[in-house]
Amino acid sequence: MAQALNRALRDALRADPSVHLLGEDVGALGGVFRVTDGLTAEFGEDRCTDTPLAEAGIVGTAVGMAMYGLRPVVELQFDAFAYPAFEQLASHVAKMRNRTAGRLPLPLTVRIPYGGGIGGVEHHGDSSEAYYVHTPGLHVMAPATVEDAYGMLRAAIASDDPVVFLEPKRLYWSKAEWDPEAPAATAPPGRAVLRREGRSAVLIAYGPSVPVCLEAAEAARADGWDLAVLDLRSLVPFDDETVCAAVRRTGRAVVVHESSGFAGVGAEIAARVTERCFHHLEAPVLRVAGFDIPYPPPMLERHHLPGVDRILDAVARLQWESSPSGDPDEGAGRR
Amino acid sequence: MTLLDRAQGSAPWTPQSTGPRTEPGPLLPDAAPVRLLGEDAAGSAGTAAGLAPELLRTLHRRLVTGRRFNEQATALAKQGRLAVYPSSTGQEACQIAAAGVLQPTDWLFPSYRDSLAAVARGIDPVEVLTLLRGDAHSGWDPRRNRTAPLATPLATQAPHAVGLARAAALRGERLVALVLMGDGATSEGDFHEALNFAAVLRAPVVFLVQNNGYAISVPLAKQSAAPSLAHKAVGYGLPGRLVDGNDAAAVHQVVGEAVEYARDTGGPVLVEAITYRVDPHTNADDPRRYRSPEEAAAWRDHDPLVLMERHLRAAGLLDEEQRSAAAAEAEALAERMRAAFRTDPRPDPLDLFAHVYAEPTPQLREQEALLRAELAAEAESSGEEHR
Repeated sequence: MAQALNRALRDALRADPSVHLLGEDVGALGGVFRVTDGLTAEFGEDRCTDTPLAEAGIVGTAVGMAMYGLRPVVELQFDAFAYPAFEQLASHVAKMRNRTAGRLPLPLTVRIPYGGGIGGVEHHGDSSEAYYVHTPGLHVMAPATVEDAYGMLRAAIASDDPVVFLEPKRLYWSKAEWDPEAPAATAPPGRAVLRREGRSAVLIAYGPSVPVCLEAAEAARADGWDLAVLDLRSLVPFDDETVCAAVRRTGRAVVVHESSGFAGVGAEIAARVTERCFHHLEAPVLRVAGFDIPYPPPMLERHHLPGVDRILDAVARLQWESSPSGDPDEGAGRR
Repeated sequence: MTLLDRAQGSAPWTPQSTGPRTEPGPLLPDAAPVRLLGEDAAGSAGTAAGLAPELLRTLHRRLVTGRRFNEQATALAKQGRLAVYPSSTGQEACQIAAAGVLQPTDWLFPSYRDSLAAVARGIDPVEVLTLLRGDAHSGWDPRRNRTAPLATPLATQAPHAVGLARAAALRGERLVALVLMGDGATSEGDFHEALNFAAVLRAPVVFLVQNNGYAISVPLAKQSAAPSLAHKAVGYGLPGRLVDGNDAAAVHQVVGEAVEYARDTGGPVLVEAITYRVDPHTNADDPRRYRSPEEAAAWRDHDPLVLMERHLRAAGLLDEEQRSAAAAEAEALAERMRAAFRTDPRPDPLDLFAHVYAEPTPQLREQEALLRAELAAEAESSGEEHR
């Protein structure tokens, strides 16, 4: 995936002279994940710029560049290091179009390597999507496949609105068949894509949880479950249409993400699905999410991150037969 | 060799690390702020003599108009025509003189107290006050007058100026970005990051801090322990300059030099203008809780208009005819403001959804439909029709 992102940046820089990259370590080092490898060498320091280490300054500077007609692409090194830039994101990046009644759109992409599962110490494993999703004015994307990493990043850079582009760290080194010379077309951002057909329930996920759901769906076959897996790809805008179509077909849904469940994206999805598809549901929409704890130390992160077993456990609960006592809460409490 | 020696540019200094750096000249400001309009009746032996009489008269006219703008806007706030007004009475020289030195191609990044600077850029006073009236976030097209929207969070517009100036430099254009801020803004992280970025990336930005003594109620002594706010430039490797912010001629000269330095060298400058906030922070503030009336009174003799008129009279540059012409011009502006604010604006509620994204999301379309239905129901019950 890192290679696909690198290719997307290179192609964007080649295609459009107004595209500029900036961030900490994006130059000679090529980024700590090597996503910007070789770009300064090819395009020069003015197009791919090592900046001082200050996230608000990086994003704020990119705002000014975008105000003057450039298309800056920012790299913020790790999810938890993006927080100093949050004021710029919330107060200016998200609002500049609105503040100026459409006169100053901000074509700005903020790339954030995000999520856990790589054994990083604290501040290197946060899943911060809910903060961005809750901020009107931002697009929020999270690719799960190599093709999407390429196609969605190109689309993000071409967008006339700001995009927070969340790159799942643990998929950077995923091995997938991919031809960098002929990148496959992807669905438009904003549309969810069914990664696996299935009739008995749908697993709804994005980013790093998509491969976990595919694995869980495979494992669930042994228990007679035919699970669909839906990859949201874009959290804002949100594809109600495809999500609800999948839920109506299957009648059962589990939302999976690794960020904390409380007031997380899964809560929003469960609510939306319940509001729109209530009569099609055979069971409550369940959530499988990370615990409501600060991101744990690496030796414990496997207990926090939703894995195949926790997803299968939730799928088992989707049977939702009324308990003998008639107390629906009994089923909900089972793990 | 101490840091100060280096800052004074008195000794050569070779960085151990990368490539050549341009010596930015003396970094430390002079101990006393630059002052051109003398305090004495003689105009302090004509220190402003180098400035053209026509320039001084123009500055005077703009000071008179600026003062009247502040008075009228304050009155509009008291009448409820403006949701709030942060007055810049006593600080007019900083804004009008600084904005006045910009070329049409330059950019201005004002904060919420800098309405006069926006007016000085040629923006219609009503458009300038839209944010404070409460019908829209920004009344003007930032590209038309090359003026960013008034920024309310402190110092957050400073990195924008750096990015914009850098973008222009990358295109080979020699424009300068001028950022206006208050003393409180110098405590914010974005202020420091912007100074550092501008110095390291070589962006032609002039940071003008209007030190008016208070960040709402917190006095400068509790804001900064530095000898001056202009000293803050030193650590970032850019020149700091200190000017009497109530002396319009001095602000014109010092900011003018800073802008031309930025234009010529491509590098940034920090200017601190020492001034005083005569009025409360906004009309919602009660300054009696944190400062004495005597303190404000002491500044009256150092008022920007008083300084300018005293100087012009001593130099024989201001007669009664010119004075009344300036007053008439100011009164005409006030009357235009009163007329424009006599009626309440009726912003279209559906505009709430118009400029969130280039293409509204499906969710926003649904919400827009909901509001449209609510408006239709309201209209039906009141017998009106929306649009």
